[in-house]
Amino acid sequence: MAKKTAYYGIFAALAILMGYVEAVIPMPVPIPGIKIGLSNIVVVLCMYVMGTKEAFYISIVRVVISALLFRGFVGLWYSLSGAFLSYGAMLAVHRLKDASIIGVSVTGGVFHNIGQIIVACIILGRNVVLYLIPILMVSGVAAGFAIGLVSKYCLNYLEKKRE
Amino acid sequence: MKKLDFIIIAVLLVCAGGLYFSGFLRPGDEGAYAVVYVDGEEVKRYDLSQNTEDTITGINGTNQIKVQDGEISVVSADCRDQVCVNHLPINRENESIVCLPHKVVIEIENGGKNSIDAVVK
Repeated sequence: MAKKTAYYGIFAALAILMGYVEAVIPMPVPIPGIKIGLSNIVVVLCMYVMGTKEAFYISIVRVVISALLFRGFVGLWYSLSGAFLSYGAMLAVHRLKDASIIGVSVTGGVFHNIGQIIVACIILGRNVVLYLIPILMVSGVAAGFAIGLVSKYCLNYLEKKRE
Repeated sequence: MKKLDFIIIAVLLVCAGGLYFSGFLRPGDEGAYAVVYVDGEEVKRYDLSQNTEDTITGINGTNQIKVQDGEISVVSADCRDQVCVNHLPINRENESIVCLPHKVVIEIENGGKNSIDAVVK
């Protein structure tokens, strides 16, 4: 139990830290919503190292804390919807035996963006941002792939350590 | 990297491409609108591409507005200061004509880019 609590703490802290690092890195593209999703490394890793339920808790804690710290209250709703949708999608892919961590990460990236767009539509009251969906899907695939690779190497390392 | 990963990536990219080229998410090309508020509530909107003249009933008086050549202006008003009448015609995003005595605000929505850098709200 104590070990698990420590794991929760470490993963949550890492995820929040990643959120900060990401807030500091400027994005060279003028399209809102494009980002790397560094903290998804932690959530994806957590899914494999700790389990799916634990990853969900980490994801929620991360979103609430980092949104309040770095993005403000409206940002919270964007992130929260993105986190829920991407978690659901990642869970579905995680269940598939034939998909690796990279597939999970790519799905997560894409659905995070879609979730944010949906909330943006609700908040703005107009569907003017819907046309961003294809662009954000491609960026989500690219970012998710990169994040997936990083997670894969991290996972290999962690599993080696465990033995 | 397993086979299913490639399939997932391919499916997502195809979906994105399909959505992009099908064009059904593309925003409609709406022209600029002039939105008229009286006492903070929207009462009417005018399409700036159609020339019209109209009378806005504000609090304690009326303003005659005119839409011409994609611009909106106030031609006359029975207010005491005539600030709105002296205001130049507006057509760009975030520009506004205000008639304080009648609590009338005319704002441009969906208009062209402003030539100034930014507006502090």
